[in-house]
Amino acid sequence: MKLTVVLLLSIAGTSILGTIVPQNRDPAAYLRAYGEFVYRLFDVLGIFDMYHSWWFQLLLLLLTVNIVVCSIDRISATWRIVFVKNPSFNLSRFRNLSQKETFAGDHPPRELGKIYQPIVSKYFGYTRVEQIDKGLCIFAEKWRWTRLGVYAVHLSVILLLFGGLMGLHFGFEGFVNIPEGEKVDSIRIRNTGEIHPLGFEIKCEDFNISFYNNGAPKEYRSRLTIIEKDTPVYQKDIIVNDPLRYKGVNFFQSSYGKMPSNSTFKNKTLATDPSGEITLNFTNRESGTSLRIKTVLGKPVDLPGGLGKFVVVEYIKGAEFRGQNIGEAYKGILTPADGNPLDVLLPLHFPNFDRMRKGALVISVADQETEAFNLGERSDQRYYTGLQVTKDPGVWLVYAGFIMMIIGCYITFFMSHQRVCIEIIKGKAKSRVIITGTANKNKMGMQQRVKKLSDKLANL
Amino acid sequence: MDLNVSIIRGLTMSSSNLLSITTFIYGAAAFFYIVHLIFKKPFVGRLGSWTALFGVTGNVAGIIMRWVESYRLGIGHAPLSNMYESLVFFSGTIIIIYLVVERQYKNMIMGAFAAPIAFLAMAYASMSPNINDRIQPLVPALKSNWLIAHVITCFLGYAAFAIAFGMSLMYLFRQKDVEGKSSLIARFPKSQVLDELNHQMVMFGFLFLSIGIITGSVWANSAWGSYWSWDPKETWSLITWFIYATLLHARMVRGWYGKRIAYLSIIGFMAVLFTYFGVNLLPGLHSYGSV
Repeated sequence: MKLTVVLLLSIAGTSILGTIVPQNRDPAAYLRAYGEFVYRLFDVLGIFDMYHSWWFQLLLLLLTVNIVVCSIDRISATWRIVFVKNPSFNLSRFRNLSQKETFAGDHPPRELGKIYQPIVSKYFGYTRVEQIDKGLCIFAEKWRWTRLGVYAVHLSVILLLFGGLMGLHFGFEGFVNIPEGEKVDSIRIRNTGEIHPLGFEIKCEDFNISFYNNGAPKEYRSRLTIIEKDTPVYQKDIIVNDPLRYKGVNFFQSSYGKMPSNSTFKNKTLATDPSGEITLNFTNRESGTSLRIKTVLGKPVDLPGGLGKFVVVEYIKGAEFRGQNIGEAYKGILTPADGNPLDVLLPLHFPNFDRMRKGALVISVADQETEAFNLGERSDQRYYTGLQVTKDPGVWLVYAGFIMMIIGCYITFFMSHQRVCIEIIKGKAKSRVIITGTANKNKMGMQQRVKKLSDKLANL
Repeated sequence: MDLNVSIIRGLTMSSSNLLSITTFIYGAAAFFYIVHLIFKKPFVGRLGSWTALFGVTGNVAGIIMRWVESYRLGIGHAPLSNMYESLVFFSGTIIIIYLVVERQYKNMIMGAFAAPIAFLAMAYASMSPNINDRIQPLVPALKSNWLIAHVITCFLGYAAFAIAFGMSLMYLFRQKDVEGKSSLIARFPKSQVLDELNHQMVMFGFLFLSIGIITGSVWANSAWGSYWSWDPKETWSLITWFIYATLLHARMVRGWYGKRIAYLSIIGFMAVLFTYFGVNLLPGLHSYGSV
């Protein structure tokens, strides 16, 4: 038990570290952020890919072993309790319970027993009548097997860990970019960069992107065809949340980009040349008037109307917004006359992008070819679709673990092994009925159930 | 003329207006419960219960209206997609669970510890300048039926943990004053009841947190192709899960009761709060929550 707590706490503690240090980034970025020494240290300890490091997996493995050992240790005792032919009832234990429900019955014990037994057995599966000194006693119980619920939960955790390990060692996680109209037969594994053959070909027939009025992306859609030995065998449109699955390999819509083509090349040379001139458009949101200002990287410009300053600080080839590639962009810093500086992203091909910021001025890069879908017509621009490709033979184990965990938790928390004892003692005119009950969990709830049963029997 | 305009305004009241009003109703409910706690007037306590019930009706109506409004805007989706909507849902769930508990245990004192949490969450949603209450279209990653299952189960769990937190605080106050010197605290439910309720709420919350993590995981597997990516929100929800798992084990195996369980429950709720709010400060996939 102590070991369990230590293990749980050390997994929790190290996991926190993993949420603070960003995982699987570019080494150069780490070097910049942490400096030489810390970088080396973290690298040796595997902190940059902590959740896959040997010591983290060792911790998980130890936890598994610990769960198994503890469960085996306890299950033999539980097993003996659960699998008995004739459950034993200890009358003196029931008599010692502090909470008792008592009432007087109108008939002698034997008759009352005959009336009560069928009612009690409706609520509790198992009933047994025993003769005692001055009358009789009805024992009843139900849900003995729920004592095993907790082991179902433990088993589910083990299934999860095994499923995870299986996926790690026999599955893969990779990505591939396919230009529209082209096909590939292999993908690249994430992190290592290895090339992994698929055993079949996959073709991207078409890629489409649509936007909401406010410029936020609405849908990314790729039409994919699986080709086996030059014959198409399966076709599907995939969107985020609706992948294509074929022979255990899953293809997920994950990003997209534009293929360089002749028509946009002229603009690109302007953009990719950091020393080149940049023309920015400043549009007043309310009046709609716009002003063109020329500048270069790093040279601040005064905003029209004395609203502050703006400076372009960086050119980004494949800028990201909400995890999606939005192509080339400038990054700038806007310093309002009366506020704190803020970062502004200016994608070259989305002049309305900056409207989302809801500032007084909408900034955009002038003289760029805008995206076709914004104008409602399609240019001959070619896209490539970015697919996440995974194979995980452990998933079914993990899902089995999930289902088992939910059922197991429910049984463990909300069902208990309940036992009641109804003692009927012979009196002068009337019989005395004493009802007591115990449960292995939620004892307060059991008292209420005993009371209900007593009310029911008393008012027959 | 003016009257007409105001009637029309009233009829076309937007969900955000209604939810702002709900905030004040929750504030009133919290106030009544606290007055009831201090001045022992059962009448005021009942007033608190009715106010809370009235508030939660507004809360639910607001959520439904928001759902309808989103369809009118042509971007229809369940109102569970950002920080504002989740806070609104969170407050409603706390009040509903609390009212059920109040009915079962027939004790209105606990309201002084539950209603303020709902009020604060709602007030934060309505007033904080960092939280946008506009209905926004769903980004592609959120377009899934799993969204509803995932968010609802997570927040049922969070709400139960919030109430467990309130019970733990009451327990600790009560333990500090064993002799019952303070007449205020003497009116709290018995320690045993508080302890048991804390445990019940934690079990309920744990089940729903588990289902929440699981639905999220299944969803992630259908959206990104991996059921677990150690993104900070996932990791922190796992840490929260570990803390409550420790609590449940300490009680079931070690027979811990009372104070120690109360402390663990409070630590667990801190982890819940961090998973909910703090994680947005860290880089990761769950960035929608911060908007």
